[in-house]
Amino acid sequence: MADLSTNFVGIKSPNPFWLASAPPTDKEYNVVRAFKAGWGGVVWKTLGEDPAVVNVNGPRYGAIHGKDRQLIGLNNIELITDRPLEVNLREIKQVKRDWPDRALVVSLMVPCEEQSWIDILKRVEETEADGVELNFGCPHGMSERGMGAAVGQVPEYIEMVTRWVKQHSRMPCIVKLTPNITDVRKPAQAAKAGGADAVSLINTINSIMGVDLDVLSPSPVVDGKGAHGGYCGPAVKPIALNMVAEIARDPATHGLPISGIGGVTTWRDAAEFMALGSGSVQVCTAAMTYGFKVVEDMIDGLSDWMDKKGYTSVDQFIGSAVPNVSDWQYLNLNYIAKAKIDQDLCIQCGRCHIACEDTSHQAITNIVDGERKFEVIDEECVGCNLCVNVCPVEDCITLEPMAAGSIDPRTKKVVEKDYANWTTHPNNPMAAKQAAE
Amino acid sequence: MKLIANLPEISMTQTKASPDIATGRLPEDAYAENFSDLHPLLEPHEARVEADRCYFCYDAPCMQACPTSIDIPQFIRQISTDNSSGAAKTIFEQNILGGMCARVCPTETLCEEVCVREVAEGKPVKIGELQRYATDHYMEENDATPFVRGAATGKKIAVVGAGPAGLSCAHRLAVHGHDVSLFDAREKAGGLNEYGIASYKSVDNFAAREVEFILSIGGIDMKTGSRLGDNLDLSELRSTYDAVFLSIGLGGVNSLGLDGEDKEGSIDAVDYIADLRQAENLSKLPVGRRIVVIGGGMTAVDIAVQTKLLGAEDVTIAYRRDQDRMNASDFEQHLAQTSGVQIMTWAQPKALVATNGAISAIELERTEEQNGALTGTGEIVTLQADMVFKAVGQTLVQTDLGGALTLEKGRIVVDADRKTSLADVWAGGDCVLGGEDLTVAAVEDGKIAAESINAALSA
Repeated sequence: MADLSTNFVGIKSPNPFWLASAPPTDKEYNVVRAFKAGWGGVVWKTLGEDPAVVNVNGPRYGAIHGKDRQLIGLNNIELITDRPLEVNLREIKQVKRDWPDRALVVSLMVPCEEQSWIDILKRVEETEADGVELNFGCPHGMSERGMGAAVGQVPEYIEMVTRWVKQHSRMPCIVKLTPNITDVRKPAQAAKAGGADAVSLINTINSIMGVDLDVLSPSPVVDGKGAHGGYCGPAVKPIALNMVAEIARDPATHGLPISGIGGVTTWRDAAEFMALGSGSVQVCTAAMTYGFKVVEDMIDGLSDWMDKKGYTSVDQFIGSAVPNVSDWQYLNLNYIAKAKIDQDLCIQCGRCHIACEDTSHQAITNIVDGERKFEVIDEECVGCNLCVNVCPVEDCITLEPMAAGSIDPRTKKVVEKDYANWTTHPNNPMAAKQAAE
Repeated sequence: MKLIANLPEISMTQTKASPDIATGRLPEDAYAENFSDLHPLLEPHEARVEADRCYFCYDAPCMQACPTSIDIPQFIRQISTDNSSGAAKTIFEQNILGGMCARVCPTETLCEEVCVREVAEGKPVKIGELQRYATDHYMEENDATPFVRGAATGKKIAVVGAGPAGLSCAHRLAVHGHDVSLFDAREKAGGLNEYGIASYKSVDNFAAREVEFILSIGGIDMKTGSRLGDNLDLSELRSTYDAVFLSIGLGGVNSLGLDGEDKEGSIDAVDYIADLRQAENLSKLPVGRRIVVIGGGMTAVDIAVQTKLLGAEDVTIAYRRDQDRMNASDFEQHLAQTSGVQIMTWAQPKALVATNGAISAIELERTEEQNGALTGTGEIVTLQADMVFKAVGQTLVQTDLGGALTLEKGRIVVDADRKTSLADVWAGGDCVLGGEDLTVAAVEDGKIAAESINAALSA
């Protein structure tokens, strides 16, 4: 069985599955339950200065559901911990003492004043927690007070605060980034410049979950009004994966450890985040949906996959997909694929046809020789993959690459065996200019 | 589907003299349970989950298979988007009796048989139950059909027979602004919906409620107690009205051609079912302890299952060929067998045995097929029976028509527009040749005829 133990910026955990700083990690009671269930670590829910914040007393969460109430996306308007600092610190110390093999990182958010950070870091150090995570991501409530995402949206502030933290603490420092920015590489670069040991991302995304059409207010509705909240859960995973990859492949931050967050629900999600450079993953919504037991299959599934692939430790595949994250301009334009429909698997729903006919390239039949039949017209197929995506039957439609040397029936041109991309394409004005020079 | 409950306790020492026909075989409260809804209405969440299974197929096979061409993917999508009234309108546009069809259609041989999910995984989308969800909710929330009558045309049409075909035709004619006189021989409108459909498929007086819903369009004058050949005359109707639509069903029943059919306990299934449907208190309906049903169609299953539910102890359907050849659908056969009805195949009635003027047994002859022809083998099986139900088909009462129409094989001949041999007479439903013996087919006949009549009168 593969070894899942993880050493993330010196913080050791028996597996890479950490609970993210969020409601599930607000108290000793929950965290102990999580450790008993098998979680490798937790990031304790964000601590702030006393007096503690208060939360709304109505709904804090909103959700997007599938038809069978599958929870696809969740948002929240809960703030940082609303318990006294002293209580949290006492519990953190106790938990770390009782569970020395688990990672215990403390999330922090105090005003952008050096003394505030000095004070709280000192107190956290006394708990013997493994590290701190700077919450520069919370998009609601706290950001209105100049903290959370308000800091994370200004790279200069990130760098400044990170520097204070590194200057006044011996603990590893993880900077948690907000996705509510234009280019996630800038805050990551700032964190690195400030001396951060790692970044973690993504925090939640600004969101309105819906509008209650009876009271005409954003939902969840708090006494007739709604405020934007932070969006998370399975729906945000693609956004998170992209941001993780951007940081992992940016020469300025390449190699900076990343703790991946955003919709991790299964071992497969975790493996994907790790392949894109995450040294650990943080989970919240999956646990809040199903309870802590979900970690069991995360551990088992990841281990099984690693065994099948021949990996004996997580380090062997962390970041292994990063070299394959490319810019569009470097994709091989000589790679030509055509959709192919397996007639034995086809159930004749016709969705491929209507999607292609109405919205794409008119490359799929609906009638052949007077019979209902769905076949790809290679002369029209551009290999866009839409039919593959809308087909309800797995593996019924596949994209098949054409062999080099054959003729593409659409363009009537030979499929070239050599790689060629946009940078050298004759239609690219820049390429033409380069060639002329 | 509910399981059969509350069967009478069987006493091995029972020695009651034949015929053992009795009321109240079950505890009072058992009747309501036994005759409750076969498929209870889907809950909103169930409906949305089921609707989500629909792939919204292009040129959907289910829609092609529906005799009334309901846009099934569209109405299912409307259910999934929480627009069930829109879904109902989509259904009613093609089939104003969508509520009853949702209950009685043999969907497993129509829309659900060709559902791509049936092809893919043997589990079709429950189209019938979703249709019922949409139509029931609409009828619950609205007093009237979603249609508005067109401007009055001043044309008058006689529709004879207020069963599914007649109701469908009358409604569509009314939508076009014509005035309709809707005649029916019985006390209530609805035809087989009211008097024939198995009770557990149409609970809570649904047939009558649907009639009321259909008549809400206005412009339809309902005249019950009017029978063709009795107090109605076809030639008189033709001279009084601009057009006539005949949807008179099949008023006669086939007999077994055996001695003793007039004896007590030898009963036409359709008559008994009509009594059952109209009974205010099912515990007061006499039913035999041992029942034999002759036939292999829907009526045979309906009478067999319902007598079982009334407390009959042994119910046997005797059919002269193998089970695959029964006209009753697989679903119906399965329902019969899971309700405790025996299906005896390769057996034809040979003689009715009477004791003291009442049926006490039936002699059945074993049959076989030789070179495609069915013959008796001479082997006789005798089944004790307190009641023998005849469910061997119904016939058109030709004398009612006064010999004016072209008939073939005992049915009225119509063209694709449901026009008869008389220029101003249209016909549809079970009384026409080539009919499929289905409620939904009758509805389509009425709809097509109405459009044809409208076109003829507008010309």
